[in-house]
Amino acid sequence: MANKITVGHVHMSGCTGCLVSLADNYEGLFKILDDYADLVYALTLVDVRHVPEMDVALVEGSVCIQDENAVEEIKETRRKAKVVVALGGCASYGNITRFCRGGQWNQPQHESYLPIGDIIDVDVTLPGCPPGSQAIRNVCVMAYLLLQGSDEQKALAAAYLTPLMNLAKRGTEACGCDLMYDVINQGLCMGCGTCAASCPVRAITMVYGKPQIDRDMCIKCGACYAQCPRSFFNFDVINEFESITELIGAAMGQGGE
Amino acid sequence: MVLGNYKSAVAARSTDKGILSASQDGGIVTQLFAFALDEGIIDGAIVAGQGAEPWMPEPVVATTRAELFAARGTRYTISPNMALIKEATRSYGLDKVGIVGTPCQMQGLRKAQLYPIGMRDVPDKIALAIGIFCMENFPYQGLETMVEDHCTVKMESAVKMDIGKGKFSVYTERGGLSQIPLKLTHKYEQPGCHVCLDYVSNLADVSTGSVGTPDGWSTVFVRTKVGDSVWARAVDAGCFETKPIEDVKPGLELVTKLATDKITKNQKTVEARASFGVKADGSGKALRNPYL
Ligand code: SF4
Ligand code: SF4
Ligand code: SF4
Repeated sequence: MANKITVGHVHMSGCTGCLVSLADNYEGLFKILDDYADLVYALTLVDVRHVPEMDVALVEGSVCIQDENAVEEIKETRRKAKVVVALGGCASYGNITRFCRGGQWNQPQHESYLPIGDIIDVDVTLPGCPPGSQAIRNVCVMAYLLLQGSDEQKALAAAYLTPLMNLAKRGTEACGCDLMYDVINQGLCMGCGTCAASCPVRAITMVYGKPQIDRDMCIKCGACYAQCPRSFFNFDVINEFESITELIGAAMGQGGE
Repeated sequence: MVLGNYKSAVAARSTDKGILSASQDGGIVTQLFAFALDEGIIDGAIVAGQGAEPWMPEPVVATTRAELFAARGTRYTISPNMALIKEATRSYGLDKVGIVGTPCQMQGLRKAQLYPIGMRDVPDKIALAIGIFCMENFPYQGLETMVEDHCTVKMESAVKMDIGKGKFSVYTERGGLSQIPLKLTHKYEQPGCHVCLDYVSNLADVSTGSVGTPDGWSTVFVRTKVGDSVWARAVDAGCFETKPIEDVKPGLELVTKLATDKITKNQKTVEARASFGVKADGSGKALRNPYL
């Protein structure tokens, strides 16, 4: 592949689960790194100490605003990256780090954790704890097509990424309650159960055909709302599920039928 | 486009007398899943089983013919089958998942396939998605109100429910029949159904419903490569008796009409939501549009 894009993994306050989810594409990860993207920054995997220029920054974790290094690194990321992806619930919405009160050994003064979107502008939001491996793979492939593909591929990639860009614009707060506020209260829930399947902590059960959220259990990862077919449903992309699935399969080097 | 993309449309019914006798139409879903289970095309299927209360469906993962057969019958209320899509690949350990669902559930499924945000390892395991036709659905308590309040039949006494010829009918175990005009049931419809823009499960591999074909038969749309291959194998294996859809009455004309009616009506609802309220300058204030 002639023109690989450059990608970095920027690690803020997260558990490395998002990076592991990316790695769980197994040979798919190697394919991405062989053909589509050079990994130019990733503290866990690459020996580069300072945030370099890059096309796409995949940011995992929220930002502790009492940690100068973290604040500087996230700002540097915005300055150096063309596209910033909030990868996972913590970067997107704070997720479990929202519950921090400080006092933990041995940096008790670290008590305020913000989604990266509260510090820098975010282009693409991919929620979940962690986001599904195949979702990260799809975003990587689409980012490549957006920057290096043919005109037709650019258009497809833009259409694919649009709802995730809209999620970034929607804000930095998420909760299982979004299913109430923005789906049920809006008269849009049809009881499909997708939200219940998507919750990583099983906080959602379907009761009389509607999601019932155990609000104490919810970690605020944003997966349920993003996965709900009544949060966003872009017919132009999803109607083409068969050809897009084939396209991604081909990009991953999996033979056709 | 109201019928979605499809490679072929036929009238069909199962050749299995046992399946047919327990079905309100051609027994397509049960027969096709049974064939797919036998052939190893799927390891199991998410279907609507019997829930905790009379006429309440509950999604179950069926991994044997017996479990599949135990879950038959139309229930007129929502079974949130998508709720098990990840669990089927986890606790149940299925690598090839079958799922039956309404058009909206097929939408949830395909969104999960393309945007598997909270659906790790699910996309590659979806082996066969059968969609049903759906005009609207009733929440359980809505159905209960129709049956118990309007039709004055206890839910546990009802042996059959039916929608047809402008009426909602409930049959009791003692041979009674209670009917109300369908018009009375509209207010109990699930509100979320009123923005639904799909009648015949456009996003399924194979979709099916009784509309368009005579009693005891079903209309079948074969849509995807996967659907085409499974359907062809099942027909070759003698699972189905088929007729060209052009040869049956009322045929695709009625399906097209109902699909157009549903989509036109619901498109209007979506549009009306854009100016549901009123802003300070007098212009409309919108409810959320899921399709933007
Ligand atoms: S995924 Fe959305 S539409 Fe489906 S049950 Fe949950 S909230 Fe309702
Ligand atoms: S309910 Fe579950 S999926 Fe939804 S935000 Fe909370 S933890 Fe995430
Ligand atoms: S009418 Fe639409 S939203 Fe309602 S149950 Fe049927 S397919 Fe789902």
